[in-house]
Amino acid sequence: MSSAFAAPKIIQPLNFRSNEKPLFDSVKSSPTTSFLGSVQKLRFSSKIPLTSSLNCRSVSSNVFAVSEVVKERKSKSSVSPSNLLITKEEGLVLFEDMTLGRVFEDMCAQMYYRGKMFGFVHLYNGQEAVSTGFIKLLKQADSVVSTYRDHVHALSKGVPARAVMSELFGKATGCCRGQGGSMHMFSKEHNVLGGFAFIGEGIPVATGAAFTSKYKREVLKENCDDVTVAFFGDGTCNNGQFYECLNMAALWKLPIIFVVENNLWAIGMSHLRATSDPEIWKKGPAFGMPGVHVDGMDVLKVREVAKEAVDRARRGEGPTLVECETYRFRGHSLADPDELRDAGEKASYNSRDPITALKKYLTENNLASEADLKAIEKRIEEEIEEAVDYADQSPAPHRSQLLENVFADPKGFGIGPDGKYRCEDPKFTEGTAQV
Amino acid sequence: MSWLVKQVVNSGRLHSASRNRALQLVRAYATSGKTMTVRDALNSAIDEEMGADHRVFMMGEEVGEYQGAYKITKGLLEKYGPERVIDTPITEAGFAGIGVGAAYKDLKPIIEFMTFNFSMQAIDHIINSAAKSNYMSAGQISVPIVFRGPNGAAAGVGAQHSQCYAAWYGSCPGLKVLAPYSAEDARGLLKAAIRDPDPVVFLENEILYGESFPISDEVLDSNFTLPIGKAKIERLGKDVTITAFSKMVGYALKAADILAEDGISAEVVNLRSIRPLDRATINESVRKTNRLVTLEEGFPQHGVGAEICTSVVEDSFGYLDAPVERISGADIPMPYAANFEKMAVPQIEDIVRAAKRACYRSA
Repeated sequence: MSSAFAAPKIIQPLNFRSNEKPLFDSVKSSPTTSFLGSVQKLRFSSKIPLTSSLNCRSVSSNVFAVSEVVKERKSKSSVSPSNLLITKEEGLVLFEDMTLGRVFEDMCAQMYYRGKMFGFVHLYNGQEAVSTGFIKLLKQADSVVSTYRDHVHALSKGVPARAVMSELFGKATGCCRGQGGSMHMFSKEHNVLGGFAFIGEGIPVATGAAFTSKYKREVLKENCDDVTVAFFGDGTCNNGQFYECLNMAALWKLPIIFVVENNLWAIGMSHLRATSDPEIWKKGPAFGMPGVHVDGMDVLKVREVAKEAVDRARRGEGPTLVECETYRFRGHSLADPDELRDAGEKASYNSRDPITALKKYLTENNLASEADLKAIEKRIEEEIEEAVDYADQSPAPHRSQLLENVFADPKGFGIGPDGKYRCEDPKFTEGTAQV
Repeated sequence: MSWLVKQVVNSGRLHSASRNRALQLVRAYATSGKTMTVRDALNSAIDEEMGADHRVFMMGEEVGEYQGAYKITKGLLEKYGPERVIDTPITEAGFAGIGVGAAYKDLKPIIEFMTFNFSMQAIDHIINSAAKSNYMSAGQISVPIVFRGPNGAAAGVGAQHSQCYAAWYGSCPGLKVLAPYSAEDARGLLKAAIRDPDPVVFLENEILYGESFPISDEVLDSNFTLPIGKAKIERLGKDVTITAFSKMVGYALKAADILAEDGISAEVVNLRSIRPLDRATINESVRKTNRLVTLEEGFPQHGVGAEICTSVVEDSFGYLDAPVERISGADIPMPYAANFEKMAVPQIEDIVRAAKRACYRSA
C-alpha cells in the first residue's frame, strides 16, 4: 500500500480532533425508552397494521459513531491484487472522473475571467474525492442533491460536460437551457435534483426524494431501492434544516446519505469559529444514525465509507451521516479574494491533492502506468475544449423560451382579457405576450 | 387523470368509498336542501383524491392521530394509514422541503400548515424550491404539491397568528394561489389543486371551516373540479362591482344585501384564484357597473386590491365612472384587544360606505 493511503490517522493540520478516539464508539441507541408519565402507545395501533416504520420510534440496531471507518485493510508487506482497495477498471474510472472535475473547473475559471460566464461561480477544486467517491457508486436511478458548488456533482452523475459548460455560458443547449445557471444544475435523466443556492435548502428536498423511495416500496408496492445522496458543507451544519432532516430521516429510516463536505471554511468564517463542537460526524449518533468521519482528500477511503453507507441505505436500514474532511483549493467563489485562509494551511492541503494521491496509488500498485493516466488526462482536456467550443457556438436561448417552464401547465398564466387562456395566444409562444 | 387511476390497485373500490364519504358528510349536515360545511368539503376532497391516486399523501403537524388541528384530516389516518397520513415533528422548513423533494420524484404531497402564519418558516421552500424548480430545470422537474391551511385573520390571537398571505404568495411566478369561500369552492378548488401539475398555495379560512353552504349533486360528484384561474360572479348586480376572496366574500354579500335596500345593485366577484387572477371576469364586471370596490383582509400596500386596481386601470380605464375604492386590513400588525382587532379588519359597514361613495351616494 502506498504511503499516501497507509497513514493510520488523517492528517490534521488544524488538529481539532482527538487522536485518542477508538475506531468504533458503539453508542447503543436507547430502545424506546419510556419517559416518566408516558403511556407510549399508538392510538390506532390496534386498527392499522403498521407495515411501515413511519410512526414507530423503535430503533433497535446499534448506532455507531465512527471516527475513521476505514480500518487499514492492509497487508503490510506484500501487495497482491486481492488486497488492493480497487480494481484497475475502478481506479481508472475514479481517476477519470476526478480529472474531469478538476479540468472542468479550471476551465470555468478561465472562461469566467474571459467573461463567458457570469454571476456567482463556485469551484470544486480539491474536493473531487468526495463527489467521485460517492457518486461513482450510484445507479442512474439514485438521486443526488447538491449546493451552489454543483458542477462536479452533475459531471460525476453523468451529465455531459458540454451540457454543463453550455449551461454556464447561458446557452440554449445547456442542461437547463440556460434557465438554471451555475448554482442550479438539474438533470431529470441523471437524477441530479438540483443545485440549491441557499444554505440547507437542498437537505429537505433530498430527504423528500429519499422519502419517495420508501413510499414507492410501502404504498405503491413498487420495487424501489433507490437511494439519495445529499451534499452540503460544514457551514450548513449550523443551520436548522440540517437537524430537522437528520431527525426525520432517522425517525422514518429513509434511504439517504448526508454527506458533509467539510472544507473548513464557510466563505471567510472558519468552521472552528462557527461551530461549538467541530466534529460534525458526532451529530449522527445523536439522532440515532451512524456518524462517520473520513479523510475527504482520499478517494479510496471516501469510497469505502460511501459503499457501506449506500449499501445500508439500499438495504432499508436508514440514513448515515458522513463527514468528509476536505479543502477547497480556490476561494469560496471566483469573486472571493480569499484573504482569510492561512497560506500554510492552504499549502498543507495542496500537498495532499486527492488526484495526485490517487495517481500515486495507481502507479505504485501497478494498476495503471503513467502513460495510461496521461492518455486519460489528454482525453479529458480534449473533451473540455470541445465542451467550450460547443458552448461558445451554441445559440443563446430564443425569446420564445422566455415564458416557457414557469408552469408545467401553462394555463397557470391565467385567462387574458379576451376570456381565453393566455397560453393559447400565439404571441405567448413567441415570448412577446404580456403576462 | 384516468391514466393515474389505472395504475392504482383497487382504485375503483376506494374511489366509490370516497364518494360515499362525501355523501355521508352531506346527510349529516342536511337541514333543508343539501348543505355542507367547508370543513367537510375540504375533508371529502382530500379523501377522494387520496382514494383515486395513491401518489397523493398528507403531511403536516397533527394531521394524523390528532385528526388535524382544525379536523380537516379527520378520519384519514384510519382510512389510509400512517404511511400516507404522516404526522411530522414541528419542522415547517423540514417537512415543506420533504414534500417538495417527494413532488420532484412524482409523488403528490398535500402539505398542511397548521396555519399559514407558520409557512413563514418554510417560505424558502415554497418560493425557492417549489415555485422556481420547473423553470430552473427547464421543465425537467415539475412540482405537483399543495400547501394548504388556514390563512388570514383569526380571532384574538394577536399579530403573529393573524395575517393574510394572498398578496405574498400571489406575487411569485410559478405558484398558483387559491382562496375558497364556500363549500363548493373548497371542494372544487382543492381537488383541482391536488390534480394540478404545479405547486399550489391553498389559502383556507379558520372562521369559515364550520360554516355550512348549500351544495349541489354536481359538486358532490367525485369528478367535480373548478378551473384554476376562474372567478365566480357570486351575485349579479349592475351599479358597482365588489371583488373579494375567502371570508370577505361573505361580507361582500351581506353588504350587497344592505346596499340593495338603498337601491344599489352590487355585483360580487368571488375571485377564487389569486394567481392566476381572472382579469377578464373582473374587467367585464367593471365595464358593466363602471364602479369598483376591492376588498381584502390583507395589508393595503402592494396588496391584491392594488393588483386588481391596476388591471382595471390598464384594461378598462375609460369605463370607470368613479375612483376605485380599496378596502383592506389596516396598515398595522394585528392588535390583540377585541375593539382594536375589529377596527383592523374590514367590516360590513366599511364595504357599504365605500360602495355608496363609489356610487356618489351619501352614507
